[in-house]
Amino acid sequence: MSYLRPTSWAEALAARAEYPEAVVVAGGTDVMVEINFGRLHPSALLDLSRVGELRALGREDGHVRVGSGVTYQSIMRDLPGELPGLAAAARTVGSPPIRNRGTIGGNLGSASPAGDCHPPLLACGAEVEIASVHTSRTTPVADFFVGPKRSVLGPDELIAAVWVPAATGPQTFSKVGSRNAMVIAICSFALALHPDVGRVGTGIGSAGPVPLRARAAEQFLEGHLGETGAWESRPRLGDAVVDEFARLVAGAAQPIDDVRGSADYRRHALGVVARRSLMWCWDEFRGGRP
Amino acid sequence: MDTITTVGTRGRVGEATPRIDGEPKVTGAFAYASDLHREGMLFGATLRSQVAYARIHSVDTSGAAATPGVVAVMLGSDVPGKNRFGLNFFDQPVLAEDVVRYSGEPIAILAASTPGIARQAIGRIAVELEELPGVYDMEKALAPDAPRLHEFGNVLRHVHIVHGEPDTAEADVWVDGYYETAMQDQAALGPEAGLAVPAEDGGVDLYVATQWLHVDREQIAPCLGLPEDKVRLHLAGVGGAFGSREDIHMQIHACMLALRTGRPVKFSYGREESFHGHVHRHPSRIWMRHGANRDGRLVTLDVRLMFDGGAYASSSPAVVGNAASMAAGPYEIPNVRIEGTVVYTNNPPCGAMRGFGAPQVCFAHEAQMDKLARALSLDPVELRLRNAVSTGSVLPTGQVVTGAAPVRELIERCVAIPLPEPEPDRGRDLMHYPGGAGNVTHGEGIRRGVGLAVGYKNVAFSEGFDDSATARVTLARTPDGPEAEIHTAAVEMGQGLYTFLTQVVRTELEIDRVELHAIDTLIGGAGSTSASRQSTMAGGAVQMACAAVREALYGRARARTASVPPGAELALGDGWVTCDGAPLVELGDLLDEPVSCEAVYHHRPTGNLDENGQGDIHVSFAFAAERAVVEVDEDLGLVRVLQVAAAIDVGRVLNPLGLTGQIEGATAQGLGLGLMEEVQLRDGVISNPSFTDYLIPTILDMPPVVSVAVEDPEPGAPYGLKGIGESPTIVATAAVVAALRDATGRELNRAPVTPDELVGLRGPATTSGPPPIPEVPGQKSVPFYFGMSSGQQKIM
Repeated sequence: MSYLRPTSWAEALAARAEYPEAVVVAGGTDVMVEINFGRLHPSALLDLSRVGELRALGREDGHVRVGSGVTYQSIMRDLPGELPGLAAAARTVGSPPIRNRGTIGGNLGSASPAGDCHPPLLACGAEVEIASVHTSRTTPVADFFVGPKRSVLGPDELIAAVWVPAATGPQTFSKVGSRNAMVIAICSFALALHPDVGRVGTGIGSAGPVPLRARAAEQFLEGHLGETGAWESRPRLGDAVVDEFARLVAGAAQPIDDVRGSADYRRHALGVVARRSLMWCWDEFRGGRP
Repeated sequence: MDTITTVGTRGRVGEATPRIDGEPKVTGAFAYASDLHREGMLFGATLRSQVAYARIHSVDTSGAAATPGVVAVMLGSDVPGKNRFGLNFFDQPVLAEDVVRYSGEPIAILAASTPGIARQAIGRIAVELEELPGVYDMEKALAPDAPRLHEFGNVLRHVHIVHGEPDTAEADVWVDGYYETAMQDQAALGPEAGLAVPAEDGGVDLYVATQWLHVDREQIAPCLGLPEDKVRLHLAGVGGAFGSREDIHMQIHACMLALRTGRPVKFSYGREESFHGHVHRHPSRIWMRHGANRDGRLVTLDVRLMFDGGAYASSSPAVVGNAASMAAGPYEIPNVRIEGTVVYTNNPPCGAMRGFGAPQVCFAHEAQMDKLARALSLDPVELRLRNAVSTGSVLPTGQVVTGAAPVRELIERCVAIPLPEPEPDRGRDLMHYPGGAGNVTHGEGIRRGVGLAVGYKNVAFSEGFDDSATARVTLARTPDGPEAEIHTAAVEMGQGLYTFLTQVVRTELEIDRVELHAIDTLIGGAGSTSASRQSTMAGGAVQMACAAVREALYGRARARTASVPPGAELALGDGWVTCDGAPLVELGDLLDEPVSCEAVYHHRPTGNLDENGQGDIHVSFAFAAERAVVEVDEDLGLVRVLQVAAAIDVGRVLNPLGLTGQIEGATAQGLGLGLMEEVQLRDGVISNPSFTDYLIPTILDMPPVVSVAVEDPEPGAPYGLKGIGESPTIVATAAVVAALRDATGRELNRAPVTPDELVGLRGPATTSGPPPIPEVPGQKSVPFYFGMSSGQQKIM
């Protein structure tokens, strides 16, 4: 097995082009487990952990550029104000050692339907910056995943960064698991309110072949809030609105039965956390109004 | 290979004594079995069946043997002695030859120069299998048309207990219940590992993490075709056990390859292989019917219980004996019928796990007690108090409880522990809600519940086993003063035994410095570290050996000093032999030659069950009561346990630090079975063999455990002690699930409880009624009547 450890982004892209069959590893929290279990036998490993550029955080045009090598620990520590949804998701990942090693780029690269970063990135409308030696492109997170553990990344491409719009309204993330920590989601849900543009963002994890948006729920709530002028008047939300939103979120899921939970429970739990998430975010948006 | 000892210098029996293996374990210096290393050693790997039941047509090892780096490949036909082992019966092949009976059963082993090559070469062994229709349901195993998995059928043991007049007893109130518990994994943090080193005498030295060196050897030697003295076992660092190391796993495989290759061979399982490589806790189905008078006195009980033993016997016969004899719980019931069956299936074999049959029946009888209290409109605490056994009570086996049985005191002291204060939502750490780190509630849907459970466990082996323990204590002079060395084959697996043994020596010999000899089979057996027995048994042996050392010292003192009057009282104190309280001679002056004494401790003999299931089968009992307080998110079915209050019958506190650790650890394991731990099977194949999908409690799932130790010395036991490694586990599962019932009002008759059940998406486990009673020749295991040899027979 070849082991490649570039120390700059240019070297990393060159190595990727030269060894398209190489498995990319950052924190190693997914890849090393697969290798240790004997389920992955890579002919080459491309280790990005020494590429300093990937650990950078940048700000541009109301977006935060999160380098693909930024760890969950760094997201929790450095971004709770700007990206509260993503920071909340990072907080639910594994245990402190895992959060110190694992990266947002690794989470995306593994493309697990249960990846904790994915729902808030969907809800925020984030874009993935992808590069090869020849080109650079960005793709919306919603288009990034094409199947369980499969993404649009080409064999010569690497994830450079994720561009996430800085929050303009409340955001939340909830992860349902049958243990109170260190658990893979049975299902998860992210909600982001974007009052500046009258938009609502959602993300569903671990309840379909890929992370999903609940588009009908988003459109319903955007429609209701827009038509009633609620973004300006910030009234209490009626039960009927909250119930319909929860119903549409649950309906957007495409869950299966597996060792972690049943499809019925996933749908049910998504409805519950969607309802609670909306209440939390809307209450925060109302800011203590009576 | 020295894995364990530091010289301990302080702590007598009863004092808070730091663990002698504590510092090396927390600093990482302690060598576990997975750390074993010898120059030139080879690495073993195992080919395991991936289907549960199949005929083996052919095994082609040529691809593996031709792999560079592979030194030897061996099959069942290469087993030098007999290809069978087992704890209760030799019914399990070392390597399957004609048939595989469970998914994970070993078919071939090999040794290679690196672990990677070994693993790769395993993939090059071609096995041609013909799958057979298997038995995956314990009740279906009883069907007349079920495939017969062994020559003597599918019933491994049926226990029949009748006491009083259960068929005619009349009662005012009846409650029926059906209960299930899942297969639980011991989840010891150190997976199975060991190293076999071929010896010049044609024998083998095996370094292994086990619970019982001598019974391993009894099973290994016949398979290797060697006399026992050519098979020497040495204890390697044990990373937890909980019953999972009572059975053979890699021992015979490593020895076979070491003898074949002439080189040291190490096996070190990963987590996934560990799930397939050891036995688990038996899944159970239990039907109970209690009858009581209106005043809350239990009158009669009818129990039918089924345990799934899996493909091979392991210790299942003893487990079902325990479960049946203790199915009534720690209550006086004059009329009882208990029918308990353990069957063979094509599921992975089940055997010993902390509690050994008692957690399953406790889950059932405690749910019944709560049901009965409701039916009688009686406080469940009061119902239990009215029926609790005490010294002199008669159990369903007719056995009279002769030892300490402070059950009423346990219940009263448990419920007297203050309940946790209600936690307001305002300012509450979001981690402290059900769902914990997941941020799924800020107080919505939360309901609180409280549940109580009382249970008991037999201490030491039952039903006629004489599981004795040997120990040698040697006292010698050193520049630092007199120092004692303990030699025993008893196994420390993390529970603090060795620290306790040093406390015994300090107490008995009035010295400070105590060291532990390497643990091996060069001394007589100590029996298993299991069944809450080892403090009593090994502790008793060390205490006896110390008494002999003391007598030898007194003899030397008398011989040295003419001034000891006849009838004078000699004693030890402060490094001196004293005579009627006055210093007589310094210990060091008596130790020109070390004093070394060996002793064997036996518990009192026990009997067998007669045809009605009557007999004095248990040595003694340890009781426990726990109360759990939970919060449930009733919309999501997620749980946080707020507190466990524990009152534990300890006989005597030996080491308060160790006691706390055992109570908390045992409670965590019971809580795990109540809330999340289940080995999931599909057609006999484990579908969650990893800690990603087999969940055990984290620190966020464990509540504070507020415990009281109730000291009521056990007559005849060293220092009046009772083992407490198991009793908190037994009650914890039942208490946690009782609290969930209280919080939700749901039936919850299966452990672990799932979120689906807590929100009502899935109903309770259902039954079409108890299965028929199988016809068997008698109370003993069925294979016994077929003349099967027994792994433990020599010890009986």
